Amino acid sequence: MTQAPIRDDQETGDGEPPVVRERPLGRNQPLVPAASIAGRALVTVIAIMTFLAGLTAGAAQLVADASAGWRASVAREATIQVRPVPGRPIDQEVARAAAIARATAGIAEVRVYTKEESERLLEPWLGTGLNFEELPVPRILVLRADPAGRPDFAALRKALTADVRGATLDDHRVWVERLATMANTIVALAIGVLVLVLSATALAVAFATRGAMAGNREIVEVLHFVGASDSFIAGEFQRQFLRLGLRGGAVGGAAALVFFALAGMAASAWVATPGGSQIEALFGGFSVGVWGFISVALIAVLVALVTAVVSRITVRRTLGGLS
Amino acid sequence: MVRFENVGLRYGMGPEVLRDVSFSIEPQSFQFLTGPSGAGKTTLLRLILLSLRPTRGLIDLFGHDVAGIEKDTLTTLRRRMGVVFQDFRLLEHLTTYENVALPLRVQGRDESSYRAEVVELLRWVGLGERMHVLPPVLSGGEKQRAAIARALIVQPDLLLADEPTGNVDPSLGRRLLRLFVELNKSGTAIVIATHDLALMDQFGGARRLVLGDGRLHIYD
Repeated sequence: MTQAPIRDDQETGDGEPPVVRERPLGRNQPLVPAASIAGRALVTVIAIMTFLAGLTAGAAQLVADASAGWRASVAREATIQVRPVPGRPIDQEVARAAAIARATAGIAEVRVYTKEESERLLEPWLGTGLNFEELPVPRILVLRADPAGRPDFAALRKALTADVRGATLDDHRVWVERLATMANTIVALAIGVLVLVLSATALAVAFATRGAMAGNREIVEVLHFVGASDSFIAGEFQRQFLRLGLRGGAVGGAAALVFFALAGMAASAWVATPGGSQIEALFGGFSVGVWGFISVALIAVLVALVTAVVSRITVRRTLGGLS
Repeated sequence: MVRFENVGLRYGMGPEVLRDVSFSIEPQSFQFLTGPSGAGKTTLLRLILLSLRPTRGLIDLFGHDVAGIEKDTLTTLRRRMGVVFQDFRLLEHLTTYENVALPLRVQGRDESSYRAEVVELLRWVGLGERMHVLPPVLSGGEKQRAAIARALIVQPDLLLADEPTGNVDPSLGRRLLRLFVELNKSGTAIVIATHDLALMDQFGGARRLVLGDGRLHIYD
């Protein structure tokens, strides 16, 4: 087969001999020239969109992880409060409450706060040096649940109500539910932002595709005349746009990952400060984890796929309109 | 193969540029489509290619009434036709080889399956040494031959050529006409749109379709 190099008479502009350019057979050159598409602008837009979507997903992952941690630790604890009741020695009531709690399946540990410890809990509000003898200070029992199985708090509450006067059980369910609601709201917002970002990307790609089709109108016409189907032509555009989408997605995704890595390093350095330790207590370590990285990578791929699919649909619709 | 019955065409609300055009093209026939510049030769070819739809009348192409034709059918019919444009319409970023192979490539065929036949055809039209270059490097005659080779590569049932000798010198024009005659002998129906009387005189036995004032006159 003829594979000989050929001379392509392109002047270098410096009076040099023409450049010898080899163009082998079967190089599978794209039918839509890459240079005819506003590729750099589109790659930049896609990269920015992917970066923003990646940040949103990572932040949502961070909050969801922190919320899961809070919920797990809150759910592992419950509190029994025993209020003093006239005519009933509170120490006996507390001992009875502790016995009932220890007898409940799923309770791994019961810690009874002593009178002094309970009084100390009030110091931040009432100050020191007060005589608490006159005050009906309630006593606190902290229950730690067995991680293996959740205790039956309803039964425990029923038993306490029946046997211990002035006892109430707080299993922190309200807090767990609030945390869950907050985390779910943030995740829903993140999904909303992701949908908006994908929609904006799709619109940008649709405009770019229309521009590319207008710029390549003659090529499209020739392809039709030589027997190309709309599907084939759409595939040619789709291939180019998928390439641009992958490039933009990779750049934006990589930027988001680099941002998280740098932010994680900055947070580690900051954690030694009082502010940093409080933030860490609230949010945990600033690390998006494996799932955060996976979700950023998935977003990059998703953005590339949206780019390809939207360009295909735009070409098909435009060609359909032409006919 | 192609049948027009009382076909009329107008652009928008303007006057009819083609009126009551009726003719047929038989398999393996050879005809010139002629008339003065602006008479509608290219328009008539575009109607046959279905890149324009008539405003009235009937066009039957390979046994299909083109009114309401499906897109897939349209693609299939176009694959049975080869077309040579007056301005060549070669894709500038593809080599001569890639341009000529285009009709096979768009059919989804693997490059290795058609390479030999494309190279053979390029040699036949005298472009064996120019198959790797881009169109801007080709001369007018070479571009013309590349455009013709692209139309021939699918061995079409019908070849439409719009002023195929308009950009070449008389000598090359005669050679190109011989090429069309050879192709016709091998079974392809040919329609050559031209206003080159000298060219038509070289093949005096051919049927002439003459366009004038929007009407078609046939001289067998």
